[in-house]
Parts: sequence; C-alpha cells; structure tokens
Amino acid sequence: MSKIGHYARSFLLLELLQGLRLTLRYLVSEKFTVQYPEQKTPKSPRFRGLHALRRYPNGEERCIACKLCEAVCPALAITIDSERRADGTRRTTRYDIDLFKCIFCGFCEESCPVDSIVETRIHEYHFEKRGENVMTKDKLLAIGDTYEKEIAADRLADSLYR
Amino acid sequence: MFVQIVFYFLAAVLVGAAVMVITARNPVHAALFLVLAFFTSAGIWLLLEAEFLAIVLVLVYVGAVMVLFLFVVMMLDINLAPLREGFIRYLPVGAAVAAIVVVELALVIGVSDFGLESMPAPPAHPADYSNTRELGKLLYTVYVYPFELAGAILLVAIIAAIALTMRRRTGVKTQNPSRQVEVRREDRIRIVQMPAEPRERVDRS
Amino acid sequence: MPEPLATALGWLPHELGLLVEALIKVVALLVPLLVTVAWFTYAERKVIGYMQVRLGPNRVGPKGLLQPIADAMKLMFKEFIVPAGANRFLFVVAPVISLTTALAAWAVVPFSDFLVVADINAGLLYVLAMTSLGVYGVIIAGWASNSKYALLGAMRCAAQIVAYEIAMGFALVVVLMAAGSLNLREIVLAQEGGWAQWFWLPLLPMFVVYVISGIAETNRAPFDVAEGESEIVAGFHVEYSGMAFSVFFIAEYTNMVLISALTVIMFLGGWLSPFPGLADLAFVGWIFAPGVHWFIGKLVFFMFLYLWLRATFPRYRYDQIMRLGWKVFIPLTIIWIVVVGIAIMVGLPPWFDAA
Repeated sequence: MSKIGHYARSFLLLELLQGLRLTLRYLVSEKFTVQYPEQKTPKSPRFRGLHALRRYPNGEERCIACKLCEAVCPALAITIDSERRADGTRRTTRYDIDLFKCIFCGFCEESCPVDSIVETRIHEYHFEKRGENVMTKDKLLAIGDTYEKEIAADRLADSLYR
Repeated sequence: MFVQIVFYFLAAVLVGAAVMVITARNPVHAALFLVLAFFTSAGIWLLLEAEFLAIVLVLVYVGAVMVLFLFVVMMLDINLAPLREGFIRYLPVGAAVAAIVVVELALVIGVSDFGLESMPAPPAHPADYSNTRELGKLLYTVYVYPFELAGAILLVAIIAAIALTMRRRTGVKTQNPSRQVEVRREDRIRIVQMPAEPRERVDRS
Repeated sequence: MPEPLATALGWLPHELGLLVEALIKVVALLVPLLVTVAWFTYAERKVIGYMQVRLGPNRVGPKGLLQPIADAMKLMFKEFIVPAGANRFLFVVAPVISLTTALAAWAVVPFSDFLVVADINAGLLYVLAMTSLGVYGVIIAGWASNSKYALLGAMRCAAQIVAYEIAMGFALVVVLMAAGSLNLREIVLAQEGGWAQWFWLPLLPMFVVYVISGIAETNRAPFDVAEGESEIVAGFHVEYSGMAFSVFFIAEYTNMVLISALTVIMFLGGWLSPFPGLADLAFVGWIFAPGVHWFIGKLVFFMFLYLWLRATFPRYRYDQIMRLGWKVFIPLTIIWIVVVGIAIMVGLPPWFDAA
C-alpha cells in the first residue's frame, strides 16, 4: 500500500508542484535589494575602513611614534621611522600603511595610546597606479584633517562602550 | 536544371565524404565524414521525393547511431602504428575480397537491372501525395510478416547483446538509484519525545 | 491558399523567384525569433532574480531592458580564442552546427493556420531529425576543444540527449497516432474544439513526459549536467569565448523556444482558442477567435515554465537522469502507445471517437 502511495505521489509530481508554488510566491513577493550607489545601508560608528592620522585641535599631530601599532599589526602592514624633532619631541618621519597587506582588523586603532591612528568610515576608494596602495604619512594626515569631524563624532558615540 | 545542379553538388560531396571516411587518419574525422555522407545521401533521397526515407535516415543514423559511434570513438585511445603493421601482408587478400565484392555488386545492381531502361523515372505524384502514408500502408499490409519478423530478430539481437554484456559482479558497492529515490523522510529520521531532565542531575564538574 | 508573395515575385525566373520567396520568409521568421531569444535571456535573469528575492539586471536602460544589447556588444568585442591543440576547423564549426540545427527546425512550425515557412507532410519527423542533430554541435565542441571538462560535458550531453530523444519520440508517436497525421498544421487542426479537446488532457502522461524530456533535451536545469557549472566548470563550451560562446547560448535559447512551441502545437492546440464558442461575442469576440495571439500566449507560458523550473529545482544527479530516461519514461511511453492504440481502436469518447 505504501508502495502504491509512493508511486502515486511521484507520478503526480506533487512534491515538484509544491516547490513550484513556493518559487511562484517569491516571484511576486517584495524585493529588498539595496540599490548600492543610490541607496546605502547605514554604517556603524565602529566601521573599520580607510585609515587616518589625527591631529590635536591646535594642529599638532597626535602620533608620538611609540610604534605600538607597528608591533601589533598582524599583517605587518605598518612601517614607522622616527626622529627627534627640533623642539625635542619624538615624531615620525615615515608612517606607511600598505593597504594590500592590511586586513582592517583595527588592532592599530585599539593599541594607539593617543588615538592618533584611526579607521574611518571611508570604504569607497581605488588605486590607479602601482604604489598608490601605500598610504604615506601625508596622505593619512590629509584624510584625518578632512574627516576630523566625522572621526571625532564616531569616537564619541563609541566612548560609552569602552 | 536547378535540380541537376543540386544533384551533382550533393553527389560530389557524398563521394568525397565517402572516400574520406576510409582514408582519414583520425577515427573521429572518419566518423564525422560518415555523418556528412549520410546527410548528403538524405539530400539525394529528398531529390527523389523519398522524403520519409531521407528524414528517417537523418533521424536514425545521423541522430542516434552515429552519436553513439562518435561517443565510443572519442573514448578510444587508438594507437595507429600497430593498425598499419601488416598492411602489405594483408593487401593481396584484402584486394581480392574487394574485387569480389565489386564484381558481385556490379552483377546485381549493374546497368542491366538498374539502368535507365529498367528503372524509368517514376510518374510525378500530386502535391498531397504522402509517401509516409504509402510506405506505412505497404509495410503493414503486403509486407506485414517480413516486417514483424525483422522486428522480432532485432529484439532478439537487443536482448542477446544485453545478456552477453551484462554481468553482476560481487563485492562492488554500487548505488541503487531506484532505492535511493524511494527513501522517505520517515525512513531516515525518528522524532523522539524525551522528558525534560531536572537541573540538579547535570554534572558540572 | 493564394500566395500574394509568389505573385508579387512573378517577374523573376521561376527558380530564382522561389529562392527569393523562401529567403523573405526565412528573414521574416528569423528576425522576430532572434529578438525573442535576446530578450528571453533578459527575462530569464529577471525571473530567476525575482524568484530569489533579487531584482535582476536593472542598470542598462529603463528596468535593464537594454541589457541584451549590452551583452551582445560586449561579447562581439571579446577575443575569439582557439585553445592550443584544438582542432581548429571543428572548433569553429561546432557553434555553427548548434545554431543551424536550432534554427532549421523552425521552418515547419506553424504559427497560425497559414503562417508557416514550409508546410511539409512529414513535419513532425523533420523536427525530430533536426533536434536530434543539435547534439553534434555539443559533441564536436567538446571533442575539438582538447579539454577534459569539455569532453566530459560532451559525453554527458550525448548520452542524455540520446536517452531522452527516445522518450520524446515515443511521446510524439502517441500524438501522431491521436492526430492521424505527421503534418504539424493537421495535428493542431485535429485538436479543434475547446481546451478539453486539446491533446494535453487525453494524453496527459505524454504531455508531462514531453515537457520533462524537452527540458532534458535542451540541457536546461534541472537537467543541465552537460554544463554543470559546479561540477565541470561549463561543460562543452568551457574553451569558447566571445561571439562563438554567445552563438552556443543563442542556440540553447532558440531550442528552448522551439521545444515550447512544439509543446504548444502538439498538446495545447497551437493557435486554437480554448473557448471557440465565445468567438461570436461583440467587441471582445476576436480575442476568443483562434489566431496567432493564442499561440504566442501559450508559448510565453512555456518559456516562463523553463525559467520557473530552473529557479526551483536543484540539478539532477547524472545516474538518476539516466534512470529517469531509460527506466521510467521509455516504459511509460511504450505502455501509452498501446493504451492509445486501443483507445483509437474502440473509439473511446469523447476524444477518440472521431479517429
């Protein structure tokens, strides 16, 4: 009897028709695709995108060349050279991040004692030539200067949880 | 005029393809030339108003038989050198057999029996003449016994071929698709009801 | 019926006139067909996208409607690469064979009572012969590519097509027994008289067998083991690029439209209307009169069915495809040939009493 039932079910294609009904229902259901360049999903203040070097409000760069970020970087993407500046403070002469190596883990940001190196929300960028993948100190500072407001707001929003 | 041009074109292609079947080095090429030969002969049959035969030739020989042929030939790894080894030694025998076949063919389908005198052009049929229908009528009335006999012989051949090649090896693990598709959810999983256990019994050491 | 085209070309020599007339007919058939095929690829991506709760292509033109043109442009400008060790001649010829056979079968498809390129006696056989030739494109492509995956795809495809062609052929034998003719136009006319008189109902098992074998015959999901993206990369056309690749695609989609058209003709009454009794109504009567619009409507449904099935079912396992073809469909169709033979002999009403 179960054999006959099995044959009846398989020759009437009942299971296949069930599947077809399901896909037909989805055909007319609402679509949720985000139309990317026009629509964007909201980003968290903790978003880890392109890096930036910050400055104090008086214009002095925060980085003190402690090299904690260089030490903690799991991908060895950060290279730092430092020197004593004329006023006696310790400053970087070179601060390179190779974005091909970087895995955007955020450890540099976590390890920084002066909140100098941060990761911003910027994730729409591209390189057109060889070597552009290496973010130099100048470039990083420029990003920090441009987006300082956003960066500061993000840090403030996240400070409650730290 | 137009028909003649088409005929000579098809005939030339047919003869060329047939020659290539036996001279092509690569067996796959040979098989493909055979396909071309079948196709062009179907074209010639169409010119003779034998459209049923022409289409069936394409359908059966080109569409099915030659596909299986190609299937096998492509899988074969033929080394051509040993095949050509005894060419000179077998040449006299082969030539003799070929000559006999040619003479026999000439005797049977020579000009005396199949010449233009004994085989005049058939009368033109009206436009609604269906040679499929005529062929069917002949096959199932006048030639019904030979037809059935041929069918039975072919069936015997099929069964014999299967019986000769089929073997059930022991000790091999094979899948049985019909048993696999018969499996229902109920055969494989069992839903059990278990009473909830009190928390104290849980050993947390 | 009178041939206005033939009389308009009467000033030409007879044979040349025939040639020109045939060419005009062929162009009139092929241009709409290829346009349909182009936007069928768009429809496929859109329908499958919607069934997967996506939007599908929507960037090129309004709602992505110009996507097929963009694809064609892209493929035309891509390089045609012949792999090392490939058989150059056969490699180039294979896509041509695919497309030729796919298009040639359209010659006998009647769109309405008089819209047909060649109304030949053995139309059904001709269609079967042409569709069976399509496998050569695939086999030759697979062999000439000098690639393992291509050869595997070709082998799978050949075995599958040969297996399902038999079931398909038997299903069509049942149709021609019921219709009493090999001519596609007469097969449609034999189904005259409302949706219940169409062959899909009296020959329901054959209808199902034909639709399923049609999908297997065109190598479409869930029977697409010849391409099997996740198993053998792309099967027989891995090595093809640029326009040659797209020719294979055009052939595949043309075959899908062809099988849909044949299903409509064999089982759903072609251009016949499901409610012929309503044709006398005022104003809306023309909708219920038989005509090419019914043919196109039914055709679109079956084309949609192809996409629907592809979006729904996972790929069959290869040995199960073979089992389904040889051990289920062929016995089923043979039994039904006998059943329908008896039904015709005893004149089973209401369908077979006329025959």
